[in-house]
Parts: sequence; C-alpha cells; structure tokens
Amino acid sequence: MTVALDILAPYDFAFFQRGMVAATLAGALCGVLGVFVVLRGMSYIGHGLSHAVFGGAAASAVMSINFFVGAGIWGIVSGVLIGRIARQKILGADAAIGIVTTASFAGGIALLNRYGQARKSIEAVLFGSVLGVSWVDIIAITSVAVAVFVVVLLAYRKLLYATFDPQVAAVSGERVAFIEVMLMVMLSVTILVTMRVIGTLLISALLVIPAATARMITNSFARMLMLSPVFGAVSCLVGMNLSYHLDTSAGATIILVSAAGFTATYLLAGRRARQRVASLHHI
Amino acid sequence: MSPEVLLRCDALTVAYGANIALENVTVHIRRGEFVGIVGPSGSGKTSLLRALTGTVRATRGSVELASGVRLGYVPQVESVDWNFPITVREVLAMTRTRRRWPTITDDERAEAAAVLADLGLAGLEDRHIRELSGGQQQRVFVARAMFARPDVLVLDEPTSGVDVRTRHEILHLLRDLHSKGSTILLTTHDLNGLASHLPRLVCLNREVVADGSPRETLIPEVLERTYGAPLHVLEHGGMPIVLDHDYESSESLRDAERSLSQGRGAPS
Repeated sequence: MTVALDILAPYDFAFFQRGMVAATLAGALCGVLGVFVVLRGMSYIGHGLSHAVFGGAAASAVMSINFFVGAGIWGIVSGVLIGRIARQKILGADAAIGIVTTASFAGGIALLNRYGQARKSIEAVLFGSVLGVSWVDIIAITSVAVAVFVVVLLAYRKLLYATFDPQVAAVSGERVAFIEVMLMVMLSVTILVTMRVIGTLLISALLVIPAATARMITNSFARMLMLSPVFGAVSCLVGMNLSYHLDTSAGATIILVSAAGFTATYLLAGRRARQRVASLHHI
Repeated sequence: MSPEVLLRCDALTVAYGANIALENVTVHIRRGEFVGIVGPSGSGKTSLLRALTGTVRATRGSVELASGVRLGYVPQVESVDWNFPITVREVLAMTRTRRRWPTITDDERAEAAAVLADLGLAGLEDRHIRELSGGQQQRVFVARAMFARPDVLVLDEPTSGVDVRTRHEILHLLRDLHSKGSTILLTTHDLNGLASHLPRLVCLNREVVADGSPRETLIPEVLERTYGAPLHVLEHGGMPIVLDHDYESSESLRDAERSLSQGRGAPS
C-alpha cells in the first residue's frame, strides 16, 4: 500500500501531471517521425535541426518575439534549406547540415551572450524543463501531434513510397520534393514544440532510439510505425516517474530508459533482429 | 498503320553544366515494342531513361509521353534498400497512392495476389524482400510496376548484378510480358545475355549510333562506333554473339567459333 502511494506521490503535483502529459505526447510524436528519420538515414538531420531551432529560440528571446513564431520560422527555414542544399547537391548532405545548423546554433549563443540572460536561457533550451511545462506547451504539443498523426495517416502511402524508393516515386508522378519538404516541416515543428520539454540535446535521441528499437522487432513498415511511438511514449512515461523518485534530470532519465529498452531488446532479440538494426547504416 | 507512339524524344540534348550526356537523340517507342538501349558506361543510357521518364529535363529538344500513358519503372536491384522494413505486399500496395488509408483493401490484396501469381511469386506476399532469391527480388519490382497498370514498362539494367540463372529468369519473364502485349523499354550492358534476344536495339554513345534489330545493330562497325573499340561478332543459332575479348589472332577466333558450335556458349 505504501509502495503504491509512493509511486503515485508525484501525481499529487500539478506540474508533474502537466510534465507527464507533455513528455508522453512528445515521446509518441518523436517516435512517429523517428521512423522516417531512421529509415531515411536522417539521424544527423534530427540532431542538427534541434540545434538550428536553438538559434531561432535565442533570436526570438532577444527580439521579444513569441517563441513559437520566431523559433518556428527559423526551424522550418533551416530544415527546408538543408533539404534543398542536400538534394541539389550544392554540398554533401552532411556538410550542408553541419554548416547550416552549427552556424544557427552559434548565432543563437552569440545573441544570448550579447543581449540576453545567456546561461539560464541556454540551459533551458539545451536540457529542457519538463517540470516547468505550461498549458501552452501542452496545447502546442497536442496540436502538432494531432496534425502529424493525421498527415502520416492520410499520406501514408506517399510517405512510404518517397521514403523507400524516391526515384521510382518521382517517375510515377509523386511530388517527392514536396513530400520531403513536408517531412522537414513536420520535423522542425516537432523539435520546436518538444525542445522546451526534453531539450535540444536529447531530442535527437528520442527521434532515433524508439524507431531503432521498433526496427529490431519488426520487418514491416506499418508495424514499425505503430511500435515506435508506443516505445517513445512508454520511455517518457517510465522516465518521468523514475526521474522523480531518483531525483535525476527528467530529460536525461527518459533517454536512459529509452536506451535501456533498446539494449534489452538488442540482447534478447535473435541474430536476425540484431542484423536489422545493424543495417541502419546512418545511426 | 503503324502502332501509336507512346513515348518519344526528338532531337534531345541533355547536359549537366558543360558536360553533354546526350546530343540530338531521337527515339520513338511504339505500343507493343520491346526495345533495349545499349552502350558503354557514360554513353548516356541512364540520362536517356531519366529524360524519358521525366526525372531529368531536356536541355534542348523534346520528350513527349502520349496522353494518358502511364510508365511503370523498375529500378536497378543494386539501388534498392533491401534492409528496408517492407513485405512483398507492401511493396506493391505503396504504388496506389490515391487511396489515403494505410490499410490494404481486399480488392488490392486479390489484385496483388493475381499479379504475383502471374510472375511466379504466389504465396510470397508476407515475406520480407530480403528473404527472396535474386530472381524473385527482381520480379517483385516488375510486379510492383505491373500493379500500377502501366502502358510502358521501363527497366534500368534489369540484369545488372544478377547471376546467370536470374538473368535467364528475367529474360523469360520479360519475353512473356511482351508476348502478352506489354510495351517494354530497358537499358542493358549485357549484349549476349539480354540485348541480342530483343527485337529492337538502340546503340547509344551520346548520340544514336544505330537503331534496329540485333542483326542490324550488333555488327562490328556499329559496335566499334558505340564502344570505341573493335569487337568481334560471331553467329550462333542465328543470333549474333559479341566477343568482348581481344581476339586479334584468327586462331583465337576459330577456337571461339568451335566452342560455340560445340554448344558451350561464348567463351568467358
């Protein structure tokens, strides 16, 4: 009885309830988009974009513009720019991501150093503040999650075609470039709304680990798309509770739980499953 | 009246910056034809295929797809990500993008099963694409193209990177599809294993060097202009066999002819 009460103790706090809802939704959202990130070999884009959005967050803070508007526009422009540079082979994809995102990140730090409360702002964005989640954050994450789930559901076959075989999809009349922009926009907006919860440094892990774990378990794209958000949400749920009881950072604990799930699956799964994840060259 | 032209390019030039990949190329593909584009690496085969399928813009000239004509494209097996989490049925269903819902309908299942059965892939619907043999893998992508009900089937190097048995399977499959009325256009490096079996060949080396039957195109003069090196041609069972070795001495050529006449095939 006492143990059960102890487990439920954090739920007495409204900030914990809000954090739990936000983190679980963020986990599911990152899990869905993580499937595309992992299968398209875009893990580095997820990582880079989260840093690029930081530049926008800093600029909007300095200019007193709404966080979601400033960082949102910045993130979407960065995402589309990276996609365009890489597709047109102006630069290699890695170089394009490296230049655009690190320049954006560095610009954000410079702006905060010069004009803002650098240390506090940087820490809040880098590591997130899951226990400082407001209702505005929850509404933003919920709206983006619903929009992403609806888009993925309605454009499922187009997304699958353009992810698996973009060349043939283009020959067949699919607007592959538009689909790629759509994915980059969804990714940028997801990073935007989740960065204040789990932080830019940890977002890329939540985009990769649940999807990679799901890949070990299934050989079907559809099932991977169902499993990955479940793993993301469960990691956040368990991670949040553990962080309260262990008095550790919520973002870090969520990622550690997610990584533990991946490791357990890797160890328990057969040789074939391990080969599947080994084939994800870009992780 | 000759059959209608489904796909055509006229005076087509494709350039990537200063590098001209194709120059003044005119090719017409008519309904029911089975056409192979041959040429060495860098001859513009891929550029021609891309221009015809609309993924590369013409620098000059025109490319035209007849109204309502649909292309079914089969990529090189080497370009496919065989580790992608996808089953045979999912590979086929993804082409029906007009249906918004992810689930596969009963009609789609039945149609996919029929196309797969036609191509000798019955019962493999739920298998992951990596679990198939080389021939089956190539046929799955032909099946995907056929599932989209194309008017022209376009294949990029269908025998590249496959073993001899798979090459035979692919040739039989394509002949079968052609005999049932499919219009087929492909590129190939494989002169003896594939090109010499096709009714029409376009020899390409930035420009069209020759266009006609294998008997008209697989001749030393055309091959030298296409490949930039002398190639010998022998005839076996009424079909030209191109020898891509250095058969300088008449003795070596006679050995090759003896080898063919004894049914051992072209020396490798």
